[in-house]
Amino acid sequence: MTSRYHADRAFAVLGLLGLLAALAALAALLLDVIADGAPHLSWQFLTSYPSRFAASAGILPAILGTFYVIVLTALMAVPVGVAAAVYLEEYGAQGRLGRIIEINIANLAGVPSIVYGLLGLGLFVRALSLGRSVVAGAATLALLVLPVVILATREALRAVPKTLREGSYALGATKWQTTQLQVLPAALPGILTGIILALSRAIGETAPLIIVGAVAYVRFVPDSLWSPFTVLPIQIFNWVSRPQAGFAANAAAGILVLLVMLLLMNGAAIFVRDRYQRRRAA
Amino acid sequence: MSEPKIAADGVNFYYGTKRALHDIRVAIRPHVVTAFIGPSGCGKSTFLRTLNRMNDLIPDTRLEGSIKIDGQDIYAPSVDVVSLRRRVGMVFQKSNPFPKSIFENVAYGLRINRIANGRADLSHRVEESLKAAALWDEVKDRLHEPALSLSGGQQQRLCIARALAIKPDIVLMDEPASALDPIATQRIEELIYQLKDQYTIVIVTHNMQQAARVSDFTAFFWLGRLVEYNETRKIFTAPAEKLTEDYVTGRFG
Amino acid sequence: MTRSLVERIIERALFLSAALSIFVTAGIIAVLLTETLAFLAEIPIMEFLFGTVWTPLFADQHFGVLPLVTGTIVVSAIAMAVALPGGLLVAIYLAEYARPGVRRTLKPVLELLAGVPTVVYGYFALLFVTPLLQRFIPDLAGFNALGPGIVMGIMILPLVSSLSEDALGAVPNGLREGAFALGATRLQTSLLVVVPAAFSGISAAAILAVSRAIGETMIVAIAAGQQPRLTANPLVPIETMTAYIVQVSMGDTPAGTLEYRTIFAVGMLLFLATFALNLVSNWLRERFREEYV
Repeated sequence: MTSRYHADRAFAVLGLLGLLAALAALAALLLDVIADGAPHLSWQFLTSYPSRFAASAGILPAILGTFYVIVLTALMAVPVGVAAAVYLEEYGAQGRLGRIIEINIANLAGVPSIVYGLLGLGLFVRALSLGRSVVAGAATLALLVLPVVILATREALRAVPKTLREGSYALGATKWQTTQLQVLPAALPGILTGIILALSRAIGETAPLIIVGAVAYVRFVPDSLWSPFTVLPIQIFNWVSRPQAGFAANAAAGILVLLVMLLLMNGAAIFVRDRYQRRRAA
Repeated sequence: MSEPKIAADGVNFYYGTKRALHDIRVAIRPHVVTAFIGPSGCGKSTFLRTLNRMNDLIPDTRLEGSIKIDGQDIYAPSVDVVSLRRRVGMVFQKSNPFPKSIFENVAYGLRINRIANGRADLSHRVEESLKAAALWDEVKDRLHEPALSLSGGQQQRLCIARALAIKPDIVLMDEPASALDPIATQRIEELIYQLKDQYTIVIVTHNMQQAARVSDFTAFFWLGRLVEYNETRKIFTAPAEKLTEDYVTGRFG
Repeated sequence: MTRSLVERIIERALFLSAALSIFVTAGIIAVLLTETLAFLAEIPIMEFLFGTVWTPLFADQHFGVLPLVTGTIVVSAIAMAVALPGGLLVAIYLAEYARPGVRRTLKPVLELLAGVPTVVYGYFALLFVTPLLQRFIPDLAGFNALGPGIVMGIMILPLVSSLSEDALGAVPNGLREGAFALGATRLQTSLLVVVPAAFSGISAAAILAVSRAIGETMIVAIAAGQQPRLTANPLVPIETMTAYIVQVSMGDTPAGTLEYRTIFAVGMLLFLATFALNLVSNWLRERFREEYV
């Protein structure tokens, strides 16, 4: 009789240990990166260009490249993604075509990111002759995060109460007037949160941009949509792949910069969500 | 009776394959208050919503028969539903003010229908509507505060002001006071009485005393059918149908 | 009436945005298919699918993809060996045992694991986990399948645990109460009643995890090696399908050549595998939802 309860308690302990082990792994990762990279973080590091010499290599083109690519990605993915979600949610997921589109988007969300890289290579770089450029990279990432934007926006639209729409229609508003003047403003915080999360996913993406041709030894800052570029994760990848010992520290420092960026973005998402929730409650 | 304001004939309404209204035939007069009464689920709200085609928003619904407003069939293919809803306003059971300011709530209908000529005219119409809804004195100093900061009763009167702003002919009210306390309810009832000179009002209520107090004509619904329709006085004191008599004397429902 | 014209134009525009997603899928299939067919025009499909040597970039070229496939499978298997039991254990703990306070604080932290960029995990695998393992397994090579496999498992664990937790949570409480009323402990109830009831939901989670592992790139590109090798040995360098694609892309392979086309052929294989797995996972999840919702 008592042995059953022992087994029960043992399992609870095991479960907790498992959870803590996973968290310990995360902690180990963070501590390792901080230990390796923090000493190397410096203003000089942030503002220099890559170099053959580990000590003087810097991360400036990567940071700027990341910034440009993400802004472009947002400009492409957000309008299309929000529009698609509005269509599916407000105008007609009932039809057969609507259902097919829905299933299609769900499938796209599960395609490995490297396949998007191949799509970008075949379509943007070669077929549309955009070359290995910032715009090709951003377009590829935009397609990658599109399902995320669409799904998050749909959630936000769904959370808007039906009574709001009814009140608008009853006053003689058209569907678009209702959507534009009532539904979208009400859903805005959720949509913003979704966009920020989609972009933080995009910031960490490496493989698709490698395929599309972001090179890792960029000694200049990208100056136009069509210029070659690099991004932070690729720079990190490049440094990790170098056998010379010094570059590992660079990689770790680069990782810290990347993690800080992600922290800021997720913090912004939480801030947006909280602030609007509080305003709604008042 | 001269031309009825609303004339329904042979109306059957279906949610999918389920028939919710059976052969409804009723003529509603202008400038009176008509009450629809009946137990829960008898179809009174469904029928109310056919009058401004709000049921169109629910997928897989169907209406047979004709509903004419001012002699025109509102379900004809050429009818612009959006303009119909401008002429036939609606106040809902649970007040649903927009998450905007008090002013913007009332102004919304004016803006989307492009009614006002300029800012001054807009403000004037908003003030007029709030006065008509007996809310102006309470909110005139805080027009730009959120509508959701008002009490339940005030929010409902705001919704009435919002509906009146676009000057409909007919105002439909779906149990407008059921979520309110007795004092707020009384104010709404007084308001309804004042409004009938200018508007035709149809009100759905499950509260028979309210129907008796407020309406001139009453229609009693039961299981999707219109059982009896007459002057309120007669329905409550000398109903023609036994079913009606049982309901209004409280034997069931 | 201009209001309705504007309405129609807007509806068209919104529809096109939604339909764009179909073009994306079509684009993926078109790109992969055209290059794969061009590849298969030169290399017989049997040789590609069943050949055991993969050296397209060497002078002596062979195009048998099996070494990449086994490389992928070995790493994924190790990842699953970590993520599936671990994820299920954590899910059962969170769903059936943990107090709300514990759940509320630890669960979001667990989700953080899923948010770390994979290139960071790759760094961790190469420069921390592998050296650590080498202290216990001296034969472990610098590039191997074990280190990245374990790290990949840690990364995928939150996915398994979160989806399994949802599945466990969807099991009606009536089943649990029935078991408790018969005198079963929480452990017995969980393992013998709840988990079997949630089986298709948990399977859906597991299959999705496998799909994720197969498609994962950076961890293996950094830490698993670039030596395609037909082996089940986790201690030696190997190469996965995804790492191969990265390897070629980093180099100077000119477009339009056979070597260039290999990445699309491998990519096509990868796409078909993950697509099939996702379909099965979705089908299981639908069936699970039908049972309990």
